[in-house]
Amino acid sequence: MERNYIQYTKEMKKDYTVFIPNMLPIHFSLIARVMNNYGIRAQVLKTSGPHIGETGLRYVHNDTCYPAILVIGQFIDAIQSGKYDPHKVALILFQTGGGCRASNYISLLRKALVRAGYEYVPVISFSLAGIEKHPGFNLSLGMLHRMLYAVTYGDLLMTAVNQTKPYEVHRGEAERKAEEWTERLTAEMAEKRISYRRIKRNYRAIIDDFATIERRERETVKVGVVGEIFVKYSPLGNNNLEDFLVSEGAEVVVPGLLDFCMYSVYNGIVDQKFYGRAPVKAFFSRFAYRFLLKKQRDVIDIMKEEGTFRPYTPFDHTVSLADGYISHGVKMGEGWLLTAEMLELAESGALSIVCTQPFGCLPNHICGKGMMKPVKEANPAINIIAIDYDTGASVVNQQNRIKLMLTAAKRPEPGEQTAEPAEREAAEFS
Amino acid sequence: MTDGKNTLYLGIDIGSTTAKLVAVENGEIIYSTYERHLSQVRQKTAELIDGLRRAVGDRRVRAAVSGSAGLGIAEAAGIPFIQEVAATTELVRRFHPDTEAVIELGGEDAKIIFFGAGIDERMNGTCAGGTGAFIDQMATLLDVSVSELDRLSLDHTRIYPIASRCGVFAKTDIQPLLNQGARKEDIAASIYQAVVNQTIAGLAQGRRIRGKVLFFGGPLYYCRGLRERFRETLGLSEEDAPLPEYARHSVSLGAALFAEKNGISDTVGGLYEKISNCIPRSSGEKILPPLFESEGEYREFAARHAAATVEETDPARYSGKAYLGIDCGSTTTKLVLLSEDGKILYSYYSSNRGNPVTVIKEQLTKIYEICGERIKIAGSAVTGYGEELIKNAFGVDAGVVETAAHYTAARRFMPGVDFILDIGGQDIKCFRIRNGAIDSIMLNEACSSGCGSFIETFARSMGYTAEEFSKKGLFARAPVNLGSRCTVFMNSSVKQSQKDGATAEDISAGLSVSVVKNAIYKVIRATSPEDLGENVVVQGGTLLNDAVLRALEKELGRNVVRPAIAGLMGAYGAALKAMNHKGESSLMGPEELTEFTHTSKTAVCRGCTNNCRLTVNTFSGGGRFISGNRCEKGLGRDPGEAGEHNLYEFKRKYLTSLAPVKGKRGTVGIPLSLGMYELLPLWHGIFTSLGYEVIVSEMSTRETYEKGQFTIPSDTACYPAKLMHGHVEELIGRGVDMIFYPCLTYNVDERASVNHYNCPVVAYYSELLAGNLEDTGTSRFFYPYLNINKKSALADELYRYLGGAAAGFSKREIRAAVNAGFEAQEKYVAAVRREGEAALAYARENGKRIMILAGRPYHIDEEICHGIDRLALSLGFVVVSEDSVAHLAEVPEVRVLNQWTYHARLYRAAKYATEHDDTELVQLVSFGCGVDAITTDEVRRILEEGGKYCTQIKIDEITNLGAVKIRLRSLLAAIEDRETAEENG
Repeated sequence: MERNYIQYTKEMKKDYTVFIPNMLPIHFSLIARVMNNYGIRAQVLKTSGPHIGETGLRYVHNDTCYPAILVIGQFIDAIQSGKYDPHKVALILFQTGGGCRASNYISLLRKALVRAGYEYVPVISFSLAGIEKHPGFNLSLGMLHRMLYAVTYGDLLMTAVNQTKPYEVHRGEAERKAEEWTERLTAEMAEKRISYRRIKRNYRAIIDDFATIERRERETVKVGVVGEIFVKYSPLGNNNLEDFLVSEGAEVVVPGLLDFCMYSVYNGIVDQKFYGRAPVKAFFSRFAYRFLLKKQRDVIDIMKEEGTFRPYTPFDHTVSLADGYISHGVKMGEGWLLTAEMLELAESGALSIVCTQPFGCLPNHICGKGMMKPVKEANPAINIIAIDYDTGASVVNQQNRIKLMLTAAKRPEPGEQTAEPAEREAAEFS
Repeated sequence: MTDGKNTLYLGIDIGSTTAKLVAVENGEIIYSTYERHLSQVRQKTAELIDGLRRAVGDRRVRAAVSGSAGLGIAEAAGIPFIQEVAATTELVRRFHPDTEAVIELGGEDAKIIFFGAGIDERMNGTCAGGTGAFIDQMATLLDVSVSELDRLSLDHTRIYPIASRCGVFAKTDIQPLLNQGARKEDIAASIYQAVVNQTIAGLAQGRRIRGKVLFFGGPLYYCRGLRERFRETLGLSEEDAPLPEYARHSVSLGAALFAEKNGISDTVGGLYEKISNCIPRSSGEKILPPLFESEGEYREFAARHAAATVEETDPARYSGKAYLGIDCGSTTTKLVLLSEDGKILYSYYSSNRGNPVTVIKEQLTKIYEICGERIKIAGSAVTGYGEELIKNAFGVDAGVVETAAHYTAARRFMPGVDFILDIGGQDIKCFRIRNGAIDSIMLNEACSSGCGSFIETFARSMGYTAEEFSKKGLFARAPVNLGSRCTVFMNSSVKQSQKDGATAEDISAGLSVSVVKNAIYKVIRATSPEDLGENVVVQGGTLLNDAVLRALEKELGRNVVRPAIAGLMGAYGAALKAMNHKGESSLMGPEELTEFTHTSKTAVCRGCTNNCRLTVNTFSGGGRFISGNRCEKGLGRDPGEAGEHNLYEFKRKYLTSLAPVKGKRGTVGIPLSLGMYELLPLWHGIFTSLGYEVIVSEMSTRETYEKGQFTIPSDTACYPAKLMHGHVEELIGRGVDMIFYPCLTYNVDERASVNHYNCPVVAYYSELLAGNLEDTGTSRFFYPYLNINKKSALADELYRYLGGAAAGFSKREIRAAVNAGFEAQEKYVAAVRREGEAALAYARENGKRIMILAGRPYHIDEEICHGIDRLALSLGFVVVSEDSVAHLAEVPEVRVLNQWTYHARLYRAAKYATEHDDTELVQLVSFGCGVDAITTDEVRRILEEGGKYCTQIKIDEITNLGAVKIRLRSLLAAIEDRETAEENG
């Protein structure tokens, strides 16, 4: 097939800055550092503010999903900022593909670049399917392997921060430790060889270190966050949802990025059963799946051993939770994983759940909003609210709805309430 | 509790439009107020407390604040805050423990709280517009007060279907009803019904509202008619659904209860000080630069625009021929009378006060008085929404499509005009001109209309006239940034900025900027000022507003021409067109006019199964005008010979003729919806062959939607998906043994795209149905995951899912059934293609224009396409569908990921249109179709690069064809203009 895209060449590695959109602050910083070690000058965009959405609206069809508007807006905003030579910039987008329209982000980004007059900017599509060739970006096994640990480290740091922040005596301590660790771990990843034993030692050290943070015990509402991957994780996409929840006295519980990776791999296995995929390919998926399960299990074991933190739910268990609610054949977008994660969160004590999605998100009609009723019916203690995000949505409105959920979570059950004032006054009112 | 017996508990509720205060002593409300705060949140709250002080003295109180606009004040003044639904819950749990549900409508919020096993609280999401504000807006539209609206509604005799998604849609439905002369009583009740439907569909989300229901909030307190609509819709008696006397104070009362334990203890005076002196925190980022830096800059601006005028002449001194142009718009009526040399003799611009016929009768009488014997009206033309009504009522010589009228007018001001932007009361129209012909037309889609009237309504809600309000914005120092989406969203942005302490001036300026941004980025979707051409003429009532005009110039970064008669351009253009009239004018004369009367009544058309509700206008002299119909049938007119070639009708007939055959294995119900509109022959064939009697649901109607709306969990899904619920309910009602709608991740591989997915909604809607249907009765819902691209795999899977040998199936039998199914499917596809080719041949033999009405298979559903196919026929097109011609063109170069089967056909159909001069493509886009956000741009590119017009029509529940008709007529006018231009070299 004719190549109709600009390549990121080996020469470009010299002086091109490669932008990475900001989805998960900790993970993506680590991933950027891994790329740096392979000679790619990657940089995570940290910009925020309403102008990013506005820039996106200018170059992308306004009914496109909000993540596309933000990610593309953030790229173009950075190119236009004047801080970089537009001829020395490349972009990277992470893609999973599939029947959701999100698989079109690359096309939309390229169209937007043409409209904005930057048709010469190379766009690297980071996809395990690896359809496009970019001589400067060689997705070697070594790099992938290191990125995997960027993800597992990222998940662990994120989880440790989430489980510490509401309780820390000295504000900001958990965040500071996470930053220190990010620095230290990236330095280590630059080394030629990576030893898994050392990585496991690091897991342990991270957990021990966070466990030393001085905590005060207090009542919190555990709030789980599920949803479309970008608005679920990105503070830019969800109007700083996590900060808001913490400020309202909640403990945020967010499933890790590794779960999403395992979901993608697991779908490769399911494809054979449902859609007649070649058994050989499914074999590789099965192998990769078992490999990742083991990696997750190792972290879980260490967490359990130390004991301060609530360990992750093993992914094979999460998989089984979807049974009876939604088929594993639903594989567009976050698919069955979204529903399974609601149940997983509830099991691990987060009975209040925010289901985040871009306004009009197609797969979430089914696996998010469509599953709220059956999930609640079978588990009356769960309280799920769906929050839509887009450029026009009012933060006040979103926060109002979340507050409502939190109030409900804090409210004592009917029997527990002190009945005295009610009895006194009911006579006059009813 | 250490408070004494006589402590006063105070609840303050600051909502989006009103502030409420309740003081409770010994369990009794001793004082309450309810006032509009006109966005002066802090002052109003202080005032209310001052009022309390005057009434009860400076007593000791315990106070708490609630309400959507109350959070800022509460935080700044250090008063405890309770979320408003939580406040209501507090109240109900104490005083009405047997309540099953509360329906509470506020200024902009709608809430349902379910009690019982676990409290379930629902608030409206980002899409459902406000309800109280919506009723206000609708009252303004009808030119009545809210209480008059309520009185009117009680005398209704019928209910019109009005879209219930959001206010803007509803307006689009109501306007034509008004223009067609429907009774205000009926419209008022229909508006309430729309609110009811919106609340139920948006909030109940599959949970039935039954048992004891309480009504709370201002709108339900004041509007008896609204309560009636709720009771009737939900089947509740007045006993089941009472209105507590404190209904409008429910939140403040709840806050007062909350205050008992959690309130702040202070004196009334101390509280007054706290609130008067607090400074709500403001989020600094949302500020825009001022519209004008100085008075001088404004004077220069005003002088520049004053220069673009049309000469006027005194009618008292003129004698000779004159030409009349009428623009009967959606909210305003405009008239212009021109002298033979094109000078304005008389002009008129006014709100049409809900009945344009009366306005025009008055005006004509006045014009005849002015004319006397000296001036003779030699030609007349009418344009705008009410074109047909007025033309019929008064014998106007010609009807002109709006776009053509405006272009004719604009050319007079700027001969080289290449872009016209018209922002009216509720439509935005803009078109590009290339080589003297209209090159592309963009009308606002249903979701951003209403911009102009939005400013007006908003001005009123803040206690100003539209003019005063916009003047305020001119010199605002810090306009608020309200974003650029649908106006319904803006309501909440305004709410937020009020919370942040923005002034009315800043909000006014901010609204102007938003209206402009909507027009540029939402409707025109320009990426840079260059996209709007070199010479821009702006017009329409909304751009008479200097603040909006200035905002536009600032956004574009250059000056534009606004004719001094910007509000009259349609009428002026029509008058210019009237000058072409030859012979005697047929306009109603002065004598007839004095006798003129107009009555309207309703009827139901029995021309086809649509059962359109018609409004029959009768004029004195026997003239009649019928509106409300989707086609020409009810008018006694023949849709024309081309009626033989309508692929939409052909496909409908084919699919609905697949008859059930009684068999040994019982009944299978198939919902005729979404993907079934294509694959029905396959499944019908398979199940019939297996010995099932296949019962197919009826084609959708409005009732189908209503039947299923209780179980729709996601209010932003597309209309075709929502209809699915009604189809399944129908099948359950018919007691079929099993309802079949499979999950198909992959659609048919036509080898014309990179992949062949279904969209997530078509692929997995069954999962949603399975989770949300309340009771499937005796029917089993059967939704296996199937692969339809490999016969053997399909046969194996069906065998397994149907229960295999244990259930009495043999593999052979299933393989034969699958073969029979595929045969039926192939036969169907071949028939559609053959008919498509026949239609094309017919059109070419007879010199007819061809329209590819391109959508997806389910767009042929009567309730989804709303008769657009027949409308196109009545305009003289031969109508073919995308799947009937796609095979005649190669796959064009597509710059997006071409991976959905249905959408891949659009690209090929577009390619076909570019290859044939006599073929136009009109794309039907379902509102909320995320995939179409990607395909529309690509279809547009293919068409425009091929030198074709691109017409895209967004369809939803809206049943009004008026706007669509303008689109299609403009397209026709543009084609004709272009052909004339080509002929003239």
